[in-house]
Amino acid sequence: MISKDQVIKIANLARLDLSQAEIEKMQKDLAGILDYIDQLNKVDVSGVELEEIESILGNAFREDTPVSQAPETIEKMLSQAPAREGDHIKVKEILT
Amino acid sequence: MTIKKIREGLLKKEFSSLELIDFYLGQIKKKEKDIDAFLQIDIEGAKKQAKEVDEKIAKGEELGSLAGAPCAIKDAIMVNGLNCTSGSKILENYKAVYDATCVDKLKKQDAIILGKTNMDEFAMGSSTEHSAFKTTKNPRDLKRVPGGSSGGSAACVAGDEAVFSLGSDTGGSIRQPASFCGVVGLKPTYGAVSRYGLIAFASSLDQVGPFAKNAQDCETVFKAIMGIDEKDATSVDKSKFSIFNFQFSNIKVGIPREFFGEGLEDKTKEIIEDKIKKLEKAGAQIVDISLPSASYALACYYILATCEASANLARFDGIRYGLSEKGENLLDIYLKTRGKGFGDEVKRRIMLGTFALSSGYYDAYYSKAKKVQALIKKDFENAFSKVDFILTPTSPFPAFNIGEKVDDPLKMYFSDIYTVPINLAGVPALSMPAGFDNGLPVGLQIIGKHFSDFNILQLAKLIEKIVGGLPSKKT
Repeated sequence: MISKDQVIKIANLARLDLSQAEIEKMQKDLAGILDYIDQLNKVDVSGVELEEIESILGNAFREDTPVSQAPETIEKMLSQAPAREGDHIKVKEILT
Repeated sequence: MTIKKIREGLLKKEFSSLELIDFYLGQIKKKEKDIDAFLQIDIEGAKKQAKEVDEKIAKGEELGSLAGAPCAIKDAIMVNGLNCTSGSKILENYKAVYDATCVDKLKKQDAIILGKTNMDEFAMGSSTEHSAFKTTKNPRDLKRVPGGSSGGSAACVAGDEAVFSLGSDTGGSIRQPASFCGVVGLKPTYGAVSRYGLIAFASSLDQVGPFAKNAQDCETVFKAIMGIDEKDATSVDKSKFSIFNFQFSNIKVGIPREFFGEGLEDKTKEIIEDKIKKLEKAGAQIVDISLPSASYALACYYILATCEASANLARFDGIRYGLSEKGENLLDIYLKTRGKGFGDEVKRRIMLGTFALSSGYYDAYYSKAKKVQALIKKDFENAFSKVDFILTPTSPFPAFNIGEKVDDPLKMYFSDIYTVPINLAGVPALSMPAGFDNGLPVGLQIIGKHFSDFNILQLAKLIEKIVGGLPSKKT
């Protein structure tokens, strides 16, 4: 069972502003889904090593080289920012 | 119309590309008030592309494999200059500034993009009812859902508003709507098609794929969009994909008993079993198999997919693009923008993923689910050491009524119970029409081993011959 306090804490971690009604519905919905998900406890996974799986998958690397964009593309991207100053995106104060 | 017929018709000058596009734009105008498959229709852009194809023909230039074929793109995929909302209010006014790799490849083959199709918000849903904008209707029965999340892409092909379309499939979002609308939909092997320009839901499971009226058209589109892309590190080279020629008589087809048990509707079961019998009669060897861990796939999926989604959707914060609510400070902007911009289902999944990844729960949920996923993969490996293909129903039931499941998240999730194991295993699968239950299409799912996409398409073509043509209207 997931408590109302837990829902509020998770919503804050997830950066979601939820109304009182949403919190209550969320608590009910998540409880139902988690109850269903609990069936995974029945699965015996004792022989499975996650490190082993990851080593098989491997990785794909490439050089991290900057690619220049056409000025029109840059303008199209910047023009979608809610606030800008010149070629910068303007945000609220970060360090207080 | 099929892609092949369009190409031939253009070359023989039976019609021009512009005439064909005008016809399809007319179809859209006539049918959209009923079907609501599109979020945006690009009349000007489509006509411009059509004129370019006509010029190529006039000059005698080589035509692409999709020449003049009118298509539609799921709104989670970027088409330069068109809106890309992913069905969400948080991206309501967002305009794509580049083409997704798959879209770029369609354009290179001279396909014509008619517009962007409706979907469940951020591809989270099975009916399009979770779209922030509208619910698409099933062209077979307008009171019913088209399936989802790529519901608009399935419906526009079924409703003859486009010849083919692109969707994305994270847990069944191509195959389930293909099944509900009575069209063919392919979820390629993970990595077959570049995900560059697809708005991410669960990156380890997401895959772009085509919808079309038949397996041949699906194959033509798949061929055009597949291949390695330096912009997607998980994409794979074409050379990995095997093709072998076969008839029914040289294949072994596995029937997993776990996919025919409780929850499967009788009529759906009957239709699928009848098709299996027809395959056997045609010479295929039918083998009873077991995928013992597959019954845990749905639970496993709803942890892994939501965990990835909670991280992927963190980028929608009201700072760089999309909706931005006013706030006292940065945190306040994040909270308000996301609280207002996301719909109920997206919030639910972000919450579930955040919970499963939070301190103290990570091992019990995420690690556990990753281990169960390994068991599911193993099940498929074992099965494919014995058989060439696996056949199952695509969904346990045909299209349901609009409003029937929207208030009960778990009920909605169950419509994907036979499709999610495939994404967890990363293997390819296709849904094709197998018959009708009271006028509603029922889909057959063909699953193959990694990189066997062309073999799946080949089998689908063989099955089309024995299933026979489907009635175009309700029976």
